[in-house]
Amino acid sequence: MAKKKKRKTPNLNSSSMADVSFLLLTFFLMTSSMDTDSGLARRLPPPPQNEEQLQKMDVQRRNLMVVLVNYQNQVMVRTQAGDEWYNNIAELQGTGGKVPLKEKVKEFVLNANNRPDLPELIEEDFGPPIGKVLVTPDHVISLQNDATTSYKAYIAVQNELVKAYNELRDQAAKKYFGRSYNELLPEQQEQINKLYPQRISEAEPKDYVQQGGGK
Amino acid sequence: MGKFNKSAGSREVPELNTASMPDLVFAILFFFMVTVSMRSETLIVRFTLPTASEVQKLEKKSLVTYINIGIPLDPRLGSATRMQLNDKLAEVSDIQDYIAQEKSRLNEADQQFMTVSIKADENTKMKYISDVKQALRKAYALKISYSARKGEN
Repeated sequence: MAKKKKRKTPNLNSSSMADVSFLLLTFFLMTSSMDTDSGLARRLPPPPQNEEQLQKMDVQRRNLMVVLVNYQNQVMVRTQAGDEWYNNIAELQGTGGKVPLKEKVKEFVLNANNRPDLPELIEEDFGPPIGKVLVTPDHVISLQNDATTSYKAYIAVQNELVKAYNELRDQAAKKYFGRSYNELLPEQQEQINKLYPQRISEAEPKDYVQQGGGK
Repeated sequence: MGKFNKSAGSREVPELNTASMPDLVFAILFFFMVTVSMRSETLIVRFTLPTASEVQKLEKKSLVTYINIGIPLDPRLGSATRMQLNDKLAEVSDIQDYIAQEKSRLNEADQQFMTVSIKADENTKMKYISDVKQALRKAYALKISYSARKGEN
């Protein structure tokens, strides 16, 4: 009061600010999950409206490929052109000297030589760069499994099926657009997808063991 | 030429100004706070995802609903395959309610894009997965994704 000397406000020391904010930063880094989930996308059919609809799907025999995964994770592939038997998943991927499943699927979907025991070829128009092409729009791959098939084997088989389609699409992309599938524009990818639609049907499992666990 | 080495002591390296450091760190901090979603659930089942080479990334995390299937971490809960929905163990029959509840959280335009990610242990029996799939069909959650790790096989 007595003194009229001008008082200076002291500077706030902000050197610890960096430490505090680093602490917060590390906290968020630790608690957040950056990993995005990835997986094989599928679309389920809508539930049946009544019991009769269950049996209503008619597929010509030549258009159908049945892939059966049994309880020992062995795989049987049946088409009208012939059957194939894989004793384990490695064999299915082509290590045991047998034709791998994905080659079988590609041959089935393409039917390049217009064989009568592979899916029907129908000419369709796919727009400018592709034009009219013979494709097999009615083919169906029916994936069936037992009640005790392991999920691992099931995913491995699904993966092989998807791989076959992806390779076909990549081939078509190179042929018609001169680039790999991943580099195409979304509408071009859409065109290629229409050329080789993924037609995988996941049937309900057959419970061969028939142990009395009623649902 | 003779300028080099003229006076050894007179030149000093100027001190780096660190005054803007907190600003920088705050900028990074806000970036993380905005982009990141917190780990929302604690797992109470143990699972090892199968590997697959053809996996696709799931876009739009807010549209994804998770179903975890595996063996309970707590040994008192037995060693049978169980399912975790929202932080607690559930039965297959609870799926319909769970899906309806998750669906109602999304706005109407987004409901058709809802994806259910099935995170199941690789040794799960397919019977369990099939039951879950049938329940999802009944609940009209038709877009699903079999969660898998990316890997060679």
